[in-house]
Amino acid sequence: MTHALTGYAAYLPRYRLAGADIGLPRGDRVVASFDEDSTTMAVAAAAAAVDGHGLPRSLYFATSSPAYADKTNAAAIHSALGLAHEAFVTDMCGTGRSAFAAWRAAATTGGLAVAADVRVGRPGSPDEKLGGDGAAALLFGEGPGIAEVLETTSCTSEFLDRWRSPTSLAGQQWEERFGAERYGQLVVAAVQRTLDQAGMTGADHVVLTCPNSAIVKRAETLVKGEKSTVTSPIGFAGAADSSIALCAVLDAADAGQTILVVSAVDGCDTLLLRTTGQLPEARQPLAVSRQRAGGLPVSHLTYLSWRGLVEVEPPRRPEPDRPAAPPSSRAENWKFGLTGSRCGQCGFAHLPPARVCRGCGATDRMTAVPVASMGGIVSTHTIDHLAYSPSPPVVQAVIDVDGGGRCTFEIADAEPERLAVSSRVKFTFRRLFTAGGIHNYFWKARLDD
Amino acid sequence: MTSHGIAGKVAVVAMGCTRFGERWDSSVDDLLLEATTECLESLPGVTKDDVDAYWLGTLGSGQSGLTLSRALCTEGKPVTRIENYCATGSEAFRNACYAVAAGAYDVVMAVGVEKLKDSGFSGLLRADPPGDGTAAELSLTAPAAFSLLDPAYCAKYGVHPDEMREAMTHVAWKNHQNGSRNPKAQFRSPVPKETIAAAPNVAGRLGVFDCSGVSDGAACALIVPAERARDYTDAPMYVKALSLVAGSARGSMDSAYDFTSFPEVVRSARDAYLQAGIDHPSGQLSLAEVHDCFTPTEIVLMEDLGFSDDGRAWKDVLAGDFDADGRFPVNPDGGLKSFGHPVGASGLRMLYEAWLQLRGQAGHRQVPGAHTALTHNLGGRPGGCVSFVSIVGNKAGTR
Repeated sequence: MTHALTGYAAYLPRYRLAGADIGLPRGDRVVASFDEDSTTMAVAAAAAAVDGHGLPRSLYFATSSPAYADKTNAAAIHSALGLAHEAFVTDMCGTGRSAFAAWRAAATTGGLAVAADVRVGRPGSPDEKLGGDGAAALLFGEGPGIAEVLETTSCTSEFLDRWRSPTSLAGQQWEERFGAERYGQLVVAAVQRTLDQAGMTGADHVVLTCPNSAIVKRAETLVKGEKSTVTSPIGFAGAADSSIALCAVLDAADAGQTILVVSAVDGCDTLLLRTTGQLPEARQPLAVSRQRAGGLPVSHLTYLSWRGLVEVEPPRRPEPDRPAAPPSSRAENWKFGLTGSRCGQCGFAHLPPARVCRGCGATDRMTAVPVASMGGIVSTHTIDHLAYSPSPPVVQAVIDVDGGGRCTFEIADAEPERLAVSSRVKFTFRRLFTAGGIHNYFWKARLDD
Repeated sequence: MTSHGIAGKVAVVAMGCTRFGERWDSSVDDLLLEATTECLESLPGVTKDDVDAYWLGTLGSGQSGLTLSRALCTEGKPVTRIENYCATGSEAFRNACYAVAAGAYDVVMAVGVEKLKDSGFSGLLRADPPGDGTAAELSLTAPAAFSLLDPAYCAKYGVHPDEMREAMTHVAWKNHQNGSRNPKAQFRSPVPKETIAAAPNVAGRLGVFDCSGVSDGAACALIVPAERARDYTDAPMYVKALSLVAGSARGSMDSAYDFTSFPEVVRSARDAYLQAGIDHPSGQLSLAEVHDCFTPTEIVLMEDLGFSDDGRAWKDVLAGDFDADGRFPVNPDGGLKSFGHPVGASGLRMLYEAWLQLRGQAGHRQVPGAHTALTHNLGGRPGGCVSFVSIVGNKAGTR
C-alpha cells in the first residue's frame, strides 16, 4: 500500500424512523429518503470527500444494495462528480468486505473508495430496527495524508450467519449465537495478528463492525481501544458500516494516534492507521455525530411505501415515461453533472445548457458552467398535490444560482414550512423516480442549513 | 418585426359549439359532428361539400387531418391538423383565416376538439418525445406552475396574501356566475365565495375552484372572404387582428423574470392592437374572452392585455370592473372556469361567445351594444408560453 488517506466524508440521510414505530426502546433509525439509493448517497459522500482535492483517477464503489445489476453504478457517480473520462471506476457489490476491497484498491492505486448502502428489513425485523442507511468515502493519494496505513490483514471463513437472495429485498440470519461464536474467534485472532505485525500491544482507537449484532454488543470485550472503541454510529449499514464508523473516529482522533479498523464479515479484515498532524485541519465539514443528531421524522407507513413494502394509492396522474437512453447520454453533463452553459458574448447562463443564447441570440459561443457544488437562493416555490411522485406532494422551487443562472428544481428532504423566498439551497443528486426499470437520476435542491 | 395582419380581409359567417362537459356518451367523432352540424345548418343551402378546406385543432384527441376527414366523411378536401399547446383551437382559426386571406380558398372551416375525460386522470396529459428525464414540466403540473404567479404578484406589488386570495376568489366567483347563465357551460351553478375560498389546495394556494375544469367539447367557425360575407349572413363577424407569439422561454432561465407577467402576452396584444388600430383597449373593445386557466392567470392577464395598469388588476377585479355588469366584461360566457378546457376547442369556444355577443344573440349574458371583442389564448406556463390574441368586430372594414 503506497498511498495515504488524504480525505474522508460520510453522508447520513436526513430522515428518521421513530424508535417507537419499530420497537426500539429509545432513539430512532436513519433512513434514506424515497429518492435516495446507494448511488446517490455515494455521490453525496464522495463529493464532500474530494472537495478541495484534485479529482481522483480511480473510484471503487462498494455496496450490497446496487441500484442496477448488469450496469456499473459507479459510472453515474463518476459522471456526477465530473471525473475525467480516463478515470477507472468500478462497482464492488457484496458485503462489508467489498468496502474493504475498495479501501485496499484505493490505497494501492490512489483514488476514492466510496461505500453506500440502503439496509432494508421486513417490518418488525432486526434489520429494520438495528440497521441504518448511509455512505462514506475515503480518499487515498500521495501525501500529505491525514493518516498513514501501517498494516492490513485478512482471514476468510465460510459459514452461514447472514445471507440474502439477490432477488429479495430483505435478508435472513441463522441463530445469531452461532455466528457470534465464529466471529468472536476470528476477531480476536485477526486483531492479535495485526498488532504482532505492527509490533504494538494495542491501538488508541478501535473500530469494530460486524453484521452480527452480538459481536457489536461485545466489542469492548473482544478488542478494546486505549482511548475509544467505536461500532457503527447508525446501526449496521452493510457495506458502508466500517467506512462510516471510521469517519466518526477521524472526526475526533488527535494527530499521531493509531486507529485499528476491524471488519468481521465472512472472515475478518483489519486496517491499522496512524493519524498525522494534517488531520485536525482536514476533518470533514459535517461530523458524523452532527449528521446523526439532526433529522426529519418520517411515518412508518410512508417509509414502508418508500421501500416497496406497502403500496399506497398513487395520485390520479399517469406515471412518467422512462428516461430515454440517447437523450440522457447526450445530456450527460447536465443530467448527471449539473453543468450548464454561459454565453461568451453576453454572459447569460443557461440551465440546462443551450446552443443559442437566450440573452443575446449568439449561437455556439458557450462555455461550460458546472453548478453542482454551488449554492443558490429560492426565487419562488410551490407545493404540487396533483403531480405524480413516488412520495407526494412534490415541492418545487425556482432557484437562482450563485453567479448566474436560473432553473426549477424539486426540493429534496422538503420541509415546506421552512422554505421561503430567499432561502439558501444546495444541490443534491437524487433519483427522481424509476420507470420501466430505469432510474431517473437528476439533481434536486435542498435547504442549506 | 413586420406584422401586417389581415384586417378587413376575412369574416366568420357561421359557428358551432357543443355543450362542454363530461360527455361520457360522445366520442371525438360525435363532438366534431355536433359542432360542425350546428355551424352548417345555420346557413340554409350550405353543406360540407361547400367547404373548400379544413383546419383541425387538437392537442391529443387525434392525429393528422384524418381525425376530421374520417369523422365527417369529407371527400378529397385538404384537412390540416394543428397543435400549439393550449392555444391550439385559436391556431386552427388563425391559419384557416390566412388561407382565405391569401385567396387560396373561398370557404374554410376551423374546427377544434378535445376529449379529456376518457383518460381517467386528472388534468391534462402530456405526450412528450423521449427525453432525458430532467425537464421540470415532467413533474410540475400546470396548476403548480401557475400557482407561482400568486406569491410573486403579492411580493412585487405589496398585496397582502389575503387581498390576493379575495381577488382570486372574485375571478372564480365571477366566471361561475357568468357560466350559470350559459346553457353550453360545463358548470352552470353559481358558486358562493366562501366555498371557493375554502376549497382544499391543489397546488400552492390554488384550490379546486381556482383551476379550470376538465371537460370534453368541440367548436368551429366557417370563414369566407369579407366581401362575400353578406352572401351568407346579415351579421358576419369580421376579423380585425390575429397575433401569435411563441416565447424563447427565457423567463425559465432568467433571474430577472419575476412571475408577474407573461411577456409573450404583452407582445401578442401589442401586435394585435396595432393591426386593429386600438390604443385604449378596454375603452374601444366591448368585451374580452381570456385564458382563465387559473384565477391568478386572469388577474395578470388584465395587466398584460392592457385592461388594468400594472399592479392594479387585483383592485380592479375586486371593484367588479370585469364583472358582467362592470366597466369591461371579461369572460361573459363563464370562461375556462365554467367550460373546462378541452384544449383544441377552447380558442374557438371563446370566438363562439364573441360571435353571439356581436350578433346580439347572447341572451341573458348579452353585453349591451357589443361591437368589438378580444379573445386570448395561452399555452405553456409562466417563463415560456405561446400567446394568441384575436380582435373581431361586427362592422366591415379594416378598423
